[in-house]
Amino acid sequence: MLFSEEDLTALLLTLKLATTVTALLLLLGTPLAWWLARTASRWRHPVNALVALPLVLPPSVLGFYLLVFMGPRGPLGELTQALGLGTLAFTFPGLVLASVIYSLPFVVQPIQNAMEALGRRPTEVAATLRAAPLDRFFSVVLPLARPGLLSATVLGFAHTVGEFGVVLMIGGNIGGETQVVSVQVYNHVEALDYASAHRLSLVMLGFSFAVLLVLYMFNPTTQRGQAR
Amino acid sequence: MPAIRRRPFTRACIATLLGGLLFCTAAVAGETRVAVAANFTGAMQAIIAAFEAGSGHRVQASYGSSGKLYAQIRNGAPFDAFLSADVDKPEALVRDGEALAESAFTYALGTLALWSFDGGDPLARLKADDYRRLAIANPRLAPYGAAALQVLAHLQVEETARGKIASGESIAQAYQFVASGNAELGFVALSQLVEGGATAGSWAVPAQLHDPIRQVAVLLQRGRDNPAATAFLDFLRGADAAALIAAHGYRSAGE
Repeated sequence: MLFSEEDLTALLLTLKLATTVTALLLLLGTPLAWWLARTASRWRHPVNALVALPLVLPPSVLGFYLLVFMGPRGPLGELTQALGLGTLAFTFPGLVLASVIYSLPFVVQPIQNAMEALGRRPTEVAATLRAAPLDRFFSVVLPLARPGLLSATVLGFAHTVGEFGVVLMIGGNIGGETQVVSVQVYNHVEALDYASAHRLSLVMLGFSFAVLLVLYMFNPTTQRGQAR
Repeated sequence: MPAIRRRPFTRACIATLLGGLLFCTAAVAGETRVAVAANFTGAMQAIIAAFEAGSGHRVQASYGSSGKLYAQIRNGAPFDAFLSADVDKPEALVRDGEALAESAFTYALGTLALWSFDGGDPLARLKADDYRRLAIANPRLAPYGAAALQVLAHLQVEETARGKIASGESIAQAYQFVASGNAELGFVALSQLVEGGATAGSWAVPAQLHDPIRQVAVLLQRGRDNPAATAFLDFLRGADAAALIAAHGYRSAGE
């Protein structure tokens, strides 16, 4: 057997986490990106900065704050306890929440860029053809922003798979719940089990390369600046 | 530079500084770099201060998890000695030919403590199953974690604890899980509670409930001819260091 049962569980859990997070981020991130691409509100700068924050924050900072924030004396912890959900640290939902925050810019920014690149003309033309706002969004904006959506999906997924610092801080290393591949590699290295570490690392390396390769192969236009 | 040439006072200052530097290097007999398990940080700082004051040598400590330090030493990190948190890693370094077998000795015995942050008798809560999460160090990585599992078995509460364990990558993280309130109970190191000034609400686990948590130090190949390194290890074995080690919440090795 190439992988131990624990490692297989970690691989499956990582896929589950990345899929859940990517789906949530596309649902939340697309309207947010649309708003950011179109709004003239003075809130757009602070919101842009907030969205980009996980790009520059050390994961240890994010993880530390989340641990405190989710704890029984933190604002979120108090809320989840009042709702009878307990606290979120060391749980899969907690990991999903952390990853949504952590991967947010990787999903919002490509979509936002693609939408900004469209300009106003396509929707204005559609409006003259009497398309309703929602119709314009779904049958004009989304199809035209497809390259951005594709990048967002791939990057959001890949970035969640590659997450380490935040999970290490709030995960608690629970098999099948929070023990993802990156943490498992760390465990193997710390336990001097370099053979297992190599096997899992190789999977990650192959996966990451394949993901980026797919991204560049199917999305060549943005690479040549022809998106407009 | 012209600014300096025009000012004799500045020149005198620089000369004094340079002279002082030279004098310092001459007075310091030697310098050694030591890799230290992170759980020993507080005690190590006190020991270094005492050692440097007494010997004139300088010690530069790098703190990290024993596993990472091991990997770094194997890959050429410039350390003269290694104070591990366990027995296995120094032994592995001896096998790898990176450390000197005859130099290895137990410098401290870790003391485990059961701690509840929000008060209450932690042992009673553990036995009554009155908690949601129990934080321990990852048993695979840290002797403190392995010892915690032995204590659970000894107290016959491993069944009730099984689904509630959150393991940190180190004993520091187990402490953090409890301190942030995310785990109601946790097995931490007594030394951490001493450091944090909060031994209240803790139960110091009797040593006979688990295998001793031996922290072993070893001289590395790189440090074999460095008098500062060997002097430091000698100091670490001595009575002065033993008192400091005990004051920081460890049991002395007492051969």
